[in-house]
Amino acid sequence: MQRVAKARGDLALRRHSEAIAFLVMTGLLVVAPTFAYPVFLMKALCFALFACAFNLLIGFVGLLSFGHALFFGWASYIAAHAAKVWGFPPELAILSGAATAAGLGAIVGALAIRRQGIYFAMITLALAQMMYFFAVQAPFTHGEDGIQAVPRGKLFGFIDLADQSNMYIMVLVIFLGCFLLIYRIINSPFGEVLKAIRENEPRAISLGYKSERYKLVAFVLSATFAGVAGATKALVFQLASLTDVDWPMSGEVILMTLVGGLGTLFGPVAGAFFMVTLENYLTTIGQWVFVVQGVIFVVCVLLFRRGIIGELAQVLRVKL
Amino acid sequence: MKRLFTLTAVAVVFGCGCAQAQYTDGTIKIGVMNDMSGTYADLSGQGSVIAARMAVEDFGAAAKGMKVEIVGADHQNKPDVGSNVVRTWIDVDKVDVIVDVPTSSVALAVNEIVRDKNKVFLVSGAAASDLTGPKCTPNTIHWTYDTWALANGTGKAIVKTGGDTWFFLTADYAFGHALERDTAAVVEKNGGKVLGKVRHPFPGTDFSSFLLQAQASKAKIIGLANAGSDTINSIKQASEFGITSGGQNLAALLAFITDVHALGLQTAQGLIMTEAWYWDLNDANREFTKKFAPQDKGVHPTMVHAGVYSAVTHYLKAVEALKSDADGKAVVAKMKEMPTDDKLFGKGVVRADGRKIHPMYLFEVKKPSESKAPWDYYKLRATIPADEAFRPLAEGGCPLVKS
Amino acid sequence: MFELFGISSQALFGQLLIGLINGSFYALLSLGLAVIFGMLNIINFSHGAQYMLGAFTAYFLLQYAGLGYWWAIFLAPIVVGITGIIIERLFLQWLYKLDHLYGLLLTFGLALIFEGTFRNFFGSSGLPYSVPPALQGGRNLGFMFLPNYRGWVVVFSLAVCLTTWFVIERTKLGSYLRAATENPTLVRAFGINVPRMITLTYGFGVALAALAGVMAAPIYNVSPQMGANLIIVVFAVVVIGGMGSIMGAIVTGFGLGLIEGLTKVFFPEASNTVIFIIMAIVLLIRPAGLFGRSA
Repeated sequence: MQRVAKARGDLALRRHSEAIAFLVMTGLLVVAPTFAYPVFLMKALCFALFACAFNLLIGFVGLLSFGHALFFGWASYIAAHAAKVWGFPPELAILSGAATAAGLGAIVGALAIRRQGIYFAMITLALAQMMYFFAVQAPFTHGEDGIQAVPRGKLFGFIDLADQSNMYIMVLVIFLGCFLLIYRIINSPFGEVLKAIRENEPRAISLGYKSERYKLVAFVLSATFAGVAGATKALVFQLASLTDVDWPMSGEVILMTLVGGLGTLFGPVAGAFFMVTLENYLTTIGQWVFVVQGVIFVVCVLLFRRGIIGELAQVLRVKL
Repeated sequence: MKRLFTLTAVAVVFGCGCAQAQYTDGTIKIGVMNDMSGTYADLSGQGSVIAARMAVEDFGAAAKGMKVEIVGADHQNKPDVGSNVVRTWIDVDKVDVIVDVPTSSVALAVNEIVRDKNKVFLVSGAAASDLTGPKCTPNTIHWTYDTWALANGTGKAIVKTGGDTWFFLTADYAFGHALERDTAAVVEKNGGKVLGKVRHPFPGTDFSSFLLQAQASKAKIIGLANAGSDTINSIKQASEFGITSGGQNLAALLAFITDVHALGLQTAQGLIMTEAWYWDLNDANREFTKKFAPQDKGVHPTMVHAGVYSAVTHYLKAVEALKSDADGKAVVAKMKEMPTDDKLFGKGVVRADGRKIHPMYLFEVKKPSESKAPWDYYKLRATIPADEAFRPLAEGGCPLVKS
Repeated sequence: MFELFGISSQALFGQLLIGLINGSFYALLSLGLAVIFGMLNIINFSHGAQYMLGAFTAYFLLQYAGLGYWWAIFLAPIVVGITGIIIERLFLQWLYKLDHLYGLLLTFGLALIFEGTFRNFFGSSGLPYSVPPALQGGRNLGFMFLPNYRGWVVVFSLAVCLTTWFVIERTKLGSYLRAATENPTLVRAFGINVPRMITLTYGFGVALAALAGVMAAPIYNVSPQMGANLIIVVFAVVVIGGMGSIMGAIVTGFGLGLIEGLTKVFFPEASNTVIFIIMAIVLLIRPAGLFGRSA
């Protein structure tokens, strides 16, 4: 009897593993500001959302984009410009950043999905680099100086975001909202088709799914979420700069997702927190930052392909 | 996090703790932040931490009962990493002064944070003249050089010595445009003529095609309004295409002695540039270099390193006079009020807009045959007196000046 | 002398020649990538870093062994090629059964390690390397001053490219290689050691990158980040050319050098982006690239 009950409990645990993990994550994030530095947490949350957006593409459609910095960086530029020069309130600034990212995503996506696999990676990288050069030259980005002193403004006209805890709550709400939305997308019929395309594209096509259209929609969605992350980051740090559009940023988001676990729901979040913490450590040892990142890449690819959350899920035998 | 940053302590100079001075959490904490792994690692990097440490030692902080601690960090040329470090330093680790910070995007971001938190920001590595212009703050002092001073020094001195026709090779982004604009204005004001310009993409690798256009212009001087590896490659390729041997001279508008070292004299000879400091200029500088170089892999100090030394020295003097480091605005006001005097930069002043005033020097890179020792690279062509070296106070548009 | 859009024919010829010189580097690098991709199905992201290693090896040979350029052009590809072989044995060989993307990610990590390590030991401003005495100076071609060294770069890289093409497309060894790409199991059945062939091919591709690095050393600054930005342009070249053919890589490399050269005269602001714009257009018209077979 007891054993059956335990097994049943296990099963329930397993079925609800994602919900439990979500509650744990939310709980941790709510209490986190009491023991960690809020700006650091907000940065990690922005990157976590960025990594989740990226993971939507690699983990659930099987497309490796090497140009996601394009959406992240351009959204942060547009949001910063909107808030500073046009005087947009924060919610509209973030929306305009996200809309820009969606538009760019549609163009880049339409070009890139014509090829698969590594070609896809190289094309996204090349297009992102092209847009990087535009960002360098365009006068409104102020080149190397970046857009500085971006006002955080008042959310909906009355919540003052200059207050650190208000800002943290907004970033947390944006992150959790987008996270749930991504979860919803993955588990919708649309998401199932995406997974089918990932597993066997010709078969999906033979079943009558227009795979190109599905891939394009997924690409635009991923770009949009990346844009939300970039736009939010511009408000958190009150600046937008070339680092966020440059290609090492695309490499970093890949690394975050890989470390956390490709194709897992919580992997990108864990990976982002891991990498941002690491980056903080590395500011003090400076010179070895590239080497350390490179070693992590190599180790992950050779020995640790499931990533932190993937391995954890394996040990606990649950879905995360 | 806290533990993490205490690990960063590079040097701790213990005091006896017997003085009555009021220092926040008992110590004066100096945060040296710059690029320790990227493009600017040679000209700032670890060397700036060494220079700051030497300044603290020479000041004799320990003997005076001041407890000074130096922490260092790498901003990786990313403004978000830089602002995160500075915010944590100030809020968690109680750092009182931020020093160096090359890369204008990071410097401008730090400028805002330091003002909000009322600490002190001493810029040595960054070039942006906006820091003492529209973006000046009562908490920031721009110490070593800026784009205006470089453009002015190089432009004016060259025109006066006969280089009156110019062609610009400009990096196509905000920084390059500003450098080109400022220099062209100086050239024309002094009776020179700008024959043309070409804007190259940033970053570039091959400049030969732009250099040929510069050659065809027959201008006497080719002004390089770019930086870092772009400048190095332009100079290297100009020598390859026989431009320098053909009678045209190159003027680098932003270059450091480490760039000359990378090029080698064979290639760099004849190059004209402006700097605020050179290690072989006098005995005091040479003595400083003798102590500095062995600690920084043999690299001889750049003007950025010397600027860090000078800035930290003056900061400590002001704090000593005030007996407090708590109020950043007050410390900076004191620094502006006291004349500066240290062994590397001599006597000078800090202006109301936060600009440190000292002479600038126009150097020409020696021929290989003229160089007698390693790092013996420059001969002095002109000294630009302190009152002419920097942008006049009224022209910067700094809000602090009007009030 | 005629004029075209206000640019004299003299200047135009000069710029075209310079475009050809830059094209030589694109061709050599995209050739190496194509060879590696053909055999291993791996996009070698560390190609730029290996190009940098070639230049540094040339510098080391001069600095510590007193061996000049002509030794370097022979020895550096061998040395870097051997490191490539070690990398293939240590890392890459475990990835062939996996998704190709892992190869890209692994080599990306390796590139970071190489570049970071060199930056730590040699700083970021770079190191000097001069043109070999035999090739110093230049000649006046009437329309421009051509440094001898640049002329040598075009001639030599063209020779290397064509030899590689000949070996792979026209010799027995090449036919084994091509057969092994198509059907490794069958070729193994003929008694050919396919894994060894793959290892050697990777070594060869890497050696080509190192060769390009040695050739670049006297022109560009020998610095740890010299390959980092170049590699992305080369990727675009490869996408435009298509991965199917060796000749495709060579022709596209030189061709894009020329186009880029012209852009520098007529519209210098766009000379960094022109290759990417061409890539977008080619993708719209011929998704498989100009010379590629459709994937």
